[in-house]
Amino acid sequence: MTVLTITLNGDRYDVPEPVTVTALLESLSIDARRVAVEHNLVILKRFAFDQTLVREGDNVEIVNFVGGG
Amino acid sequence: MNTDTLLIAGKTFQSRLIIGTGKYPSNAVMAKAHEASGADMVTVAVRRVNISDRSKESLLDYIDTSKMFILPNTAGCYTADEAVRTARLAREAGLSNWVKLEVIGDERTLFPDNEQLIEATRVLVKEGFVVLPYTTDDPVVCRKLEDAGAAAVMPLGAPIGSGLGIQNPNNIRIIREFSRVPVIVDAGVGTASDATFAMELGADAVLMNTAIAGAQDPVAMAEAMKLAVRSGRLAHLAGRIPRKLYATASSPVEGLVGR
Repeated sequence: MTVLTITLNGDRYDVPEPVTVTALLESLSIDARRVAVEHNLVILKRFAFDQTLVREGDNVEIVNFVGGG
Repeated sequence: MNTDTLLIAGKTFQSRLIIGTGKYPSNAVMAKAHEASGADMVTVAVRRVNISDRSKESLLDYIDTSKMFILPNTAGCYTADEAVRTARLAREAGLSNWVKLEVIGDERTLFPDNEQLIEATRVLVKEGFVVLPYTTDDPVVCRKLEDAGAAAVMPLGAPIGSGLGIQNPNNIRIIREFSRVPVIVDAGVGTASDATFAMELGADAVLMNTAIAGAQDPVAMAEAMKLAVRSGRLAHLAGRIPRKLYATASSPVEGLVGR
């Protein structure tokens, strides 16, 4: 199996290739409805999660809401 | 029926108390405090999902989003660029275009960098955001924010989390006089009387987090704040008497026995 390395939330992360953002979120048990995803500094619309492929060396940020003032 | 509602950018809120979701002893206590506060808008922060530990419960499981409007903040951002990026992420995560805009200029005081704040406001307003900027209690800066398209201005009462109360009441009054948008006193409240005072000065709303979350009994303090904000608002609308140096008798001066 091919493994590709991405930067996920600032850290090195290995994923099996190929992977869509939707599949990446599923593999991390993250509810796609509650997060925002930035792919190589481009913020993705939710409908684009299915079509966006994460490739070797890509930078992915996944954020959610936490407690704050 | 509450007729004294808060109107921001065409959206009506029943409560003039806006509260945070940070620093509570637990999510369960937070949910109870939210209920007791009567607030219908809560702030949240935007942070990276913890990839290595997915066990942590989601904040949104403890917020009734059918009753509560979620206002994401850009807390922790030190430049306009960072704040704009965070606001855009918040929009995608929450599907609303409202943001509590924070651009911090100093770590110890958490005072805003107003230059960056005005710039970020301008950018986000152009992108269709409803921007509520957290600012210093400076009437000129507030006017510039309003000119940049801010939907409200949110001057601080005192540094975030300080609990010092309203440090410059005269500026809050002047900001209220100058502003055509709602004025929300954000940060610095320590106890109920601080919130009342802010509302008496003419603030349209008060935003707080630590004063409730950090109280020994957050749920009781949430109720105290609900009553305090309502009380201050009523007093403001009622119109207080002028201050005088000497006494004026409340009882008749005629008809005294033995005179």
